[in-house]
Amino acid sequence: MAQEDLPFIRIEAVSKSFGTFQAVKDVNLTIRKGEIFALLGGSGCGKTTLLRMLAGFEDPTAGTIFIDGQDMTGVPPWERPVHMMFQSYALFPHMSVEKNVAYGLKHENMTAEARKTRVREMLDLVQLTEFAHRKPHQISGGQRQRVALARALARQPKLLLLDEPLAALDKKLREHTQFELMSIQERTGVTFIVVTHDQEEAMTLADRIAVMDRGQVKQVGAPTEVYENPASRFVAGFIGSITAFPATVAQLSGDTATVAVPAFDTTVTARAVPGLVEGQSVTLAIRPEKLTINAVKPDLGNAVAGEIKDLAYFGKDSLYRVLLPKGDLIQAHAVNARRTAEARPDWYEKVWLSFEPASAILLTE
Amino acid sequence: MAAPPKDGKLAQWFHRRGWQDMIIGIPYLWLILFFLFPFCIVVAMSVATRTPTAPPFGFGGENPIINLAGYARLFHDTLYIRAFLTSIVNAAGATLLCLVVGYPMALGLTRVSKGSRNILLMLVILPFWTSFLLRVYAWMGLMAKNSWFNGLLTDAYNFLTPAAWAVKSIPMMHTNFAVVVVMLYTYLPFMILPLYANLERLDRTLDEAAMDLGSKPAQVFRDITLPQSIPGIIAGGLLVFIPAAGELVIPTLVGDASSPMIGRVISDEFTAASDWPMASSVAVALLLLMVGPMMVYTHYQSKAEGKAAEEQK
Repeated sequence: MAQEDLPFIRIEAVSKSFGTFQAVKDVNLTIRKGEIFALLGGSGCGKTTLLRMLAGFEDPTAGTIFIDGQDMTGVPPWERPVHMMFQSYALFPHMSVEKNVAYGLKHENMTAEARKTRVREMLDLVQLTEFAHRKPHQISGGQRQRVALARALARQPKLLLLDEPLAALDKKLREHTQFELMSIQERTGVTFIVVTHDQEEAMTLADRIAVMDRGQVKQVGAPTEVYENPASRFVAGFIGSITAFPATVAQLSGDTATVAVPAFDTTVTARAVPGLVEGQSVTLAIRPEKLTINAVKPDLGNAVAGEIKDLAYFGKDSLYRVLLPKGDLIQAHAVNARRTAEARPDWYEKVWLSFEPASAILLTE
Repeated sequence: MAAPPKDGKLAQWFHRRGWQDMIIGIPYLWLILFFLFPFCIVVAMSVATRTPTAPPFGFGGENPIINLAGYARLFHDTLYIRAFLTSIVNAAGATLLCLVVGYPMALGLTRVSKGSRNILLMLVILPFWTSFLLRVYAWMGLMAKNSWFNGLLTDAYNFLTPAAWAVKSIPMMHTNFAVVVVMLYTYLPFMILPLYANLERLDRTLDEAAMDLGSKPAQVFRDITLPQSIPGIIAGGLLVFIPAAGELVIPTLVGDASSPMIGRVISDEFTAASDWPMASSVAVALLLLMVGPMMVYTHYQSKAEGKAAEEQK
């Protein structure tokens, strides 16, 4: 449907200052209906401030937020069609699970019977029906998280804000909850905005990610887009691991650029980016899993000589740190497809690293 | 092989248990010596018989060993019943007013910046730096018939009411109203401080969560802040109610002599009437009356502590 593509939430030139500190600087974002959108960034990047402005707890110093076409300026939190799942869950300690979930519904014009049915539906949705009469301190962390979710969804908000939804859970529970959140989002169709500092969480959960740094949005895009085509060194480094080297564009032909990389002591070919000129200084960045480790020099393509300096064996895969001719280190990642140790390079072994031209990222910023 | 003990058995025992027992023991010893023991004397006196000797009571001989006449009079003589009622009504009034005045102040203290909070907290405690008696005398000066303060109130009253109701001054001194006002003034910090301690611990995120779920600030207060502050209200209420009910100085100085509070009755029985057994009976009855609320307090306290311990797990 065409309507689905219309921006549901528009954040227009929003800034927020606390005294002299600018927490959010001129942010523009559009978020579609029914999307899971992640705000990703380190601590103090402004993502939580942005979330609080959407919820109405903070007013933007400048700019406007529209939700479903409605200007939110001056609309208090209790009148916004937005609910939030707090990082600490903020469950009311003096109320049972059931009362917590029912709390928002008392402002709805509905019969006691309808309210009860709705609470039961919500508890079913998060599989907590049997804990309805427990107090929050009598259930586990994962269950509390689900109560918080049920409570936030009970009033059928147009937009659900999730502040670090998985941060307080242990690793096993996180993975499980991640998929549960996605399936609940699918079933309810509510637009989710997730704030997180965890790039893996953002990548698995979100349809689109906005990477933030020091109050500014650095890049917006689908997880693959942000990962494979980072717009800047910051984004490249923040999402996943990457090794970057200074390089100079030696020759351009079509969409292929030949760049001289002093650290490699050779020239390599990479896919050109728009606006590149010969002789320009750029950064060549490459992710560990894009490199292949070979015992002999491959006949074709990019090849760089090196020596294994360090290796970390994780079982299913290994991470190598390879010493390059000029003393730099590069990370390479290999899946351990074979069981035998002979198939794997060992410490101090001379190797050749190869990669496809399209795998190297040229960054002008 | 374990090394042979350097110290004797006693020193070993002391290192293991001694310090701990001593630290716990000191307050217990204090309480036994200065509360339990004197209280036993009071209980003993309450069942003695009044004699014209010195001290003015006796057991045995021509007197019965246990004489419950004092306790019986508590139920027969309207003086005591009225005194207990006056005490409870005055103390309850002062407690309620302390709550009404103190709650907004305590809540306000939690909402100001850290810097001004310390100054404001100091201002709450500041009256303690002046003599209690001096402060009561100041109130007597304010409430007296011919004071400027009374004159101001009288003028305002006469201005606002029909001429037929005009008064020369407002009778404030020597009334239960005066007792309640002065007790409100004196005991207010005892209400504010425990309430502040309670409210300050509350998680403000819960307020935001309630607002986010559609509650206006007044509803947030009713649903979230108030229920969670009940332990603080109980603590503050008891800290005001218990001493207020037994108050002697304030009712003596500003109260209505014709309807005395229980503290005044005990004092009069000891001194003017020199009926020590009767005075002791009243004192024991007052203590029993106060133990009830105290038990409610400790019950809530242990419940709150149990909950806090559970949450930390």
